[in-house]
Amino acid sequence: MKLPFSLLLQVVKVIVRVQKESFILQNEIDNLKSICKEIPGALVSFVGYVRDFSNNKKISSLTIEHYPGMTEKMLTDISRNATQKWPLLGTLIIHRFGTLNVNDQIVLVAAASLHRKAAFEATEFMMDYLKTSAPFWKSERVNKDNIWVDAKLDDELAKDRWE
Amino acid sequence: MKILYFSWLKEKVGKSLEEIEKPNEVHSIKDLIEFLENSSANHQNAFKHLKSIKVAVNKEFADFETLINEKDEIAFFPPVTGG
Repeated sequence: MKLPFSLLLQVVKVIVRVQKESFILQNEIDNLKSICKEIPGALVSFVGYVRDFSNNKKISSLTIEHYPGMTEKMLTDISRNATQKWPLLGTLIIHRFGTLNVNDQIVLVAAASLHRKAAFEATEFMMDYLKTSAPFWKSERVNKDNIWVDAKLDDELAKDRWE
Repeated sequence: MKILYFSWLKEKVGKSLEEIEKPNEVHSIKDLIEFLENSSANHQNAFKHLKSIKVAVNKEFADFETLINEKDEIAFFPPVTGG
């Protein structure tokens, strides 16, 4: 069942941002906490970073392309689906685009709830769906070549277990 | 109709956006791909690996059977790799 967007907004706040800039984890968590209508007893956050090796090849940088408009829409859908599956007080997704360096933050996904189980599961659910349905594409710089990253079957399987 | 390409599809086609008038014989995404393949060698090369190509119509995932019309925004791209 799909609830009307306006109604859901009143019930559970969902934050989605697609941006070039990095983020400060503590500020974002505090912000998510502040929009919850009750004090969340549990807040789970996941941060993804740029790795220095991929398939045993040294990466010097990572460029992320996305489909403006569809990206925000998909991330909002994923967040709303999480709020329908678990009793959440708020969710947050921040995903960066553009050229990032090794060790940089790429993505932040967080869920706030009264109890930890819902927050843990919802965070993992949102991350699994983000990986397979948000229109981002990574290109890794290896030596002097830019190589588009292939989608992984494991990510598809990780998503399927929620269905 | 507006057609967008991302990632390696954009590189193979040689552009990220093109606007065309919907040809009469194009009803579905499948028809559109066939039309595009006939439009240039670059397009033909880009659409060679159909199994690795996803499509969205008006920013929603669609499939090759999806019906389309003049006002649609259609995007072709490889499987996503964010996160």
